[in-house]
Amino acid sequence: MAYSDKVLDHYNNPRNVGSLDKDANNVGTGIVGAPECGDVMKLQIQVEEDRIVDAKFKTYGCGSAIASSSLATEWLKGKTVDEALEIKNTDIVDELQLPPVKIHCSVLAEDAIRAALQDVKDKADKEEE
Amino acid sequence: MSKAVYMDYLATTPVDPRVMEAMVPFFTSVYGNAASRNHQFGWEAEEAVENARKSIADAIGAKPSEIIFTSGATESNNLSLAGLWEMYKEKGNHIVTLVTEHKCVLDTAEYLQREKGVDVTFLTVKEDGLIDLDELKSALRDDTLLVSVMFANNEIGVLQPIAEIGKLCKERGIFFHTDAAQALGKVPINVEELGVDLLSMSGHKVYGPKGIGALYVRKRKPRVKLKPIIHGGGHERGMRSGTLNVPAIVGFGKAVEIAIDEMEGETKRASKLRDRLEQALLKELDYTQVNGSVENRLPGLSNISFAYVEGEGLMMAIPDIAVSSGSACTSASLEPSYVLKALGLSDELAHSSIRFGIGRFTTEKEVDYVVQSMIKGVRKLRELSPLYEMVLDGIDLSTVTWQHH
Repeated sequence: MAYSDKVLDHYNNPRNVGSLDKDANNVGTGIVGAPECGDVMKLQIQVEEDRIVDAKFKTYGCGSAIASSSLATEWLKGKTVDEALEIKNTDIVDELQLPPVKIHCSVLAEDAIRAALQDVKDKADKEEE
Repeated sequence: MSKAVYMDYLATTPVDPRVMEAMVPFFTSVYGNAASRNHQFGWEAEEAVENARKSIADAIGAKPSEIIFTSGATESNNLSLAGLWEMYKEKGNHIVTLVTEHKCVLDTAEYLQREKGVDVTFLTVKEDGLIDLDELKSALRDDTLLVSVMFANNEIGVLQPIAEIGKLCKERGIFFHTDAAQALGKVPINVEELGVDLLSMSGHKVYGPKGIGALYVRKRKPRVKLKPIIHGGGHERGMRSGTLNVPAIVGFGKAVEIAIDEMEGETKRASKLRDRLEQALLKELDYTQVNGSVENRLPGLSNISFAYVEGEGLMMAIPDIAVSSGSACTSASLEPSYVLKALGLSDELAHSSIRFGIGRFTTEKEVDYVVQSMIKGVRKLRELSPLYEMVLDGIDLSTVTWQHH
C-alpha cells in the first residue's frame, strides 16, 4: 500500500512535535488510544482568550496516525475553541487521502482534539468554582 | 546507497542465477509432459524431474520415491494434515500442534476441527518459543493420530527439538509431520535420524522459484499413505494429481543442491552478519529486545522489538529497506503477531517488532546501512513517541488507564 504524498510529507516533516506544560491552566491535554492497539496520540493546545495560540503533539503509531495528529495541530493553531470543535475526522481523511484501513487514525485525531478542548474547559470551569 | 536493501529473506528469496540457468531450457526446449510415457519429449522431462526428486531426497536423507511435488509448503501442509486424517480417521481423531505454527497448518487444523469434528490440541510454547516436551508428552493420547510441529519458525526462527519429538511419536506409534519450509537448506535435516514421517518443503525459500514445493512421505517403518486433496490423473503416486511443473521442479532441485553444498559456509556467514546487526542495534538503542531463543534459531534471522515505536511507523522511516513487522498494521488481520504474543510479549511489544532476514546476497555493507538507518528511524520516532516520553519521566505504562478504541 502506498502512502499519499501528504501523509509522507507530515511523516517526514512532522509539524509541532513536542509538549506543553500540562499543568498550566490554559493548556489542554488529550491522550487517546492505547499501546496494545498500536496507537497513542497526545495532543496539547494552549488557549488564550478563547483562541488556540499553540498546539503540540506526540504520537506512537503508524505513519497515518502521525500524519493525522501533525495535521490536526496545524489546523488547530489560530482557531477559536468553537471553530476547533468543528474539525471532523472526515476532513482529515480527505486532506490526507487516507485509505479505509487508516480511517481509525483520523478518528483518533478527532478524539484527541475533543479531549484536549474538554481538558481546557474543565480547567476553566474549576477555576470559576 | 541507491538500490533498496532486501532484508526479508524469510518472506521469500530471489531465484539464484544458477537456478535460473538450469530452468531455462525446460520452458522452450525440453517442454514435454513428464507423464507422457511414450515419446522422447516426455522421457526427457521425466528424467529431469527424477533428477530433481533425487536431489531433494538426498538433501533430507530420504529416498526419491518418498518425495512428492506440490505447489508449495502451504499445499504440503494441507495435504499432510487433511490427507492423513482422511486416510486414518478410524485409527485416531486427535491432532496435536503448536499455537505458533504457520497459518496454513493452523487453518487446516481448525478446518478439520470445525468441519470434520477432529479433536485438535494447540500447545502453547515457552517464553523462548520452544515447545515444552513435558507438555507434549501429557497431551499425547491413545487416539492421537498426528503431531505436527514446525522445524523452524517463520517469525522468530526458533528451531524446535525435532529429534526428541520424533522419538516420542515413534514410541507411541503416532505420525509426525514437520513444516520445514524455513529450515530446508539452512540446517541439516535427516528424516531417518529425526523420526519424521511427513516433511513439508518450499522452493522459494531456498533461492528456487515460487509455486513449487514438496512433501516427504515416509515409505517404510511405517508406510504412510495420504488421501489426495487434489484429484485427477493420479500423478505423484496418486497423492497429488496435476501435470508436473517441470521447469520449477528442475529449479527447486538445483536450488536445494546449491543450498546443501554451501550450507556450512553460508551458515557461518549469515550468523556473523546477523550478530553484527543485532549487537549494533542492542548497543545503540535502549528498551530493545531480541524475541525468541537466541541459542536455537536459524542463522540469518533476528526478530527485535523496539519498545515505544510502532512497527509500521518504523518501516516508513526506512523506506529503502525491506523487512517485516509483527505490527497489526502490517497484517491483513489487523492483529499483532500471534507468534510473539504466544511468547508472552505484550501487544505493545508485538506491535514494535521487526524481523530482519539475512540471506545469500546480503553484504556487510548492507547490514551496516540497515543498522544506521534503524538507529536513526527509532530515535526519530521515539522523539515523537508519547510513550517513550512517559517512560523517561518515570511513568509505569502499565498503571496508565488508556482509552481503548
